[in-house]
Amino acid sequence: MGHKASDIEARLIVGFETHVQLATNTKLFCGCAVAFGETPNSRMCPVCLGLPGALPVMNRRAFDFAVLTGLALGCKISVHTKWDRKSYYYPDLPKNYQISQYDLPLAHDGAFEIPSEGGSKRVGIIRAHLEEDAGKNLHDQGDYSLVDLNRAGTPLLEIVTRPEINSPDEAYVYCTELQRLVTYLGVSHGVMQKGQMRFEPNINVEITAGGQTFRTPISEVKNLNSFRSVRGAVEFEFRRQVQDWLADHDYQFKKRPNENRGWDDERGVTVFQREKEAAHDYRYFPDPDLVPVEVDTAWLNGVRESLPELPLARRMRFELQYGVTADDAATLVADRETADCFESAAERAGAPQTTAKQFLNVWSRFANDRGVSVGRLAVSAERMGELAAMVDQRVVSATAANQIAERMMSSSDEPRQLAESMGLVTVADEGQLDSWVAGVFAGNEKAVKDAIANPKKTQAAVGFLRGQVMKASGGKADPRLAGDKIEARLAAMRAG
Amino acid sequence: MARESKIDESLVRHVAHLSRLALTDDEITRMTGELSAIVGYIDQLGELDTADVPPTAHALPVHNVFREDEVTPSFDSDTALSNAPQREGTFFRVPKILDTGDGA
Ligand SMILES: [Zn+2]
Repeated sequence: MGHKASDIEARLIVGFETHVQLATNTKLFCGCAVAFGETPNSRMCPVCLGLPGALPVMNRRAFDFAVLTGLALGCKISVHTKWDRKSYYYPDLPKNYQISQYDLPLAHDGAFEIPSEGGSKRVGIIRAHLEEDAGKNLHDQGDYSLVDLNRAGTPLLEIVTRPEINSPDEAYVYCTELQRLVTYLGVSHGVMQKGQMRFEPNINVEITAGGQTFRTPISEVKNLNSFRSVRGAVEFEFRRQVQDWLADHDYQFKKRPNENRGWDDERGVTVFQREKEAAHDYRYFPDPDLVPVEVDTAWLNGVRESLPELPLARRMRFELQYGVTADDAATLVADRETADCFESAAERAGAPQTTAKQFLNVWSRFANDRGVSVGRLAVSAERMGELAAMVDQRVVSATAANQIAERMMSSSDEPRQLAESMGLVTVADEGQLDSWVAGVFAGNEKAVKDAIANPKKTQAAVGFLRGQVMKASGGKADPRLAGDKIEARLAAMRAG
Repeated sequence: MARESKIDESLVRHVAHLSRLALTDDEITRMTGELSAIVGYIDQLGELDTADVPPTAHALPVHNVFREDEVTPSFDSDTALSNAPQREGTFFRVPKILDTGDGA
């Protein structure tokens, strides 16, 4: 008893429950449009209002999306699933129950591979199941509340991991990778600002002190809808739970209740909401209005065929196939459109490395300025590839290509035409190059002298001269030929 | 698989609380009697030998009933709100929601 911070070892344990809104046109059990920011209570029908006698019918696409995600998470897909009613009484739940899946989730026992220092790490997936979203309450109305039920019935996929995440960074990576995965699969738009992904980490700490191991009570931080808040909440809880245990060694799992907490973004702290002492009593039972779902092999194979190469695998392939760094590969596969666009452009160019450079340095800048992904720029992969090919074949210099790229954003002309009309086609003409080099040598005697006679400065001086020649040519000199000319002239001067 | 279903007053109070129903003591007493009778009647099913009957989640031998993901018209908000005791703009207006600590 009486351990100090310096005597203990603390290991963070985090599992996630995540609600992912599926990118369907309509709600889970009725044909009302899934909407955001519409007039309150304008996307309702007898089914999602819970009117007596109305019968729900399952949205096939929602189920396919859920199965596809389950497969991507390496889950077993249940042959037989059913729908259950989870009863609770709250104004945002018109039927007084939520349709969910209780004991037979459609996907279970998988693993999600996330990038981790020096490779990857597998995070176990316990289950993934479909359920309907509730509506929205507006609480800050004095002595009453307002309810908008437009969101009620929106399809959600709840994904539950094993408690196998062990740092705030890993928690952050898990969430960002899950967003990347679901947007890659096209099963969700994954827009955090619209609440399309809501993360709930379950956090506790394993403390080893004096040869004994203790576990703190589990706190569940509710409804995080930004990656930054996920990292902040996990970091904060790690510190807080260790401190609470140091202050009171009975602050332990089962000796003290588990807690629900909320994240205060402004203060950067989690706030106690309530104890989870009493297990919730939801009175689950099978929904008699909905028939079970049987997934046969043909159906499963059909969905499996639509499974694309997953982001992590694609990143690793990019490193090997295109010879790009791990970081650059991550940027190139950031989203599926960009990765697809890059692969088409690289193939068109026959020069993946040059294409990659342009994606990372030029196109991504334009994309950032416009708040879109590279794949969504108004320039086709074909034209991007053409521009890369021109640099690779030294028709234009890399610098000139930047100017052409900028013009391509607003012009539909072919890059080669633009290069010509902008006067940027590389000059490989011997006489013209000789005259530029001669001019630069005449105007920069000091640099020339350093390049010939001062070994410490040779390299910098040669670089300077190259730059001057490119400048004199307006970026048009063939850089390699210009370099050769400079070296030849210097060699002649050294010899003479 | 006969299971003893026992309805007593404390269970009725608990379920009433979960359902956000305010029952008087007289109503609790009456409900306890009535619910016991109903559940007891259903419990007769427990007398059947179901050892060879596979468990089922649904009464109908039907599965995979789906609809396509196509939008159908919704109510306009006035229609959606037409049964609401109180409204404000196009919102339902309800008594202030109190978190009693045992909700979802
Ligand atoms: Zn509806």
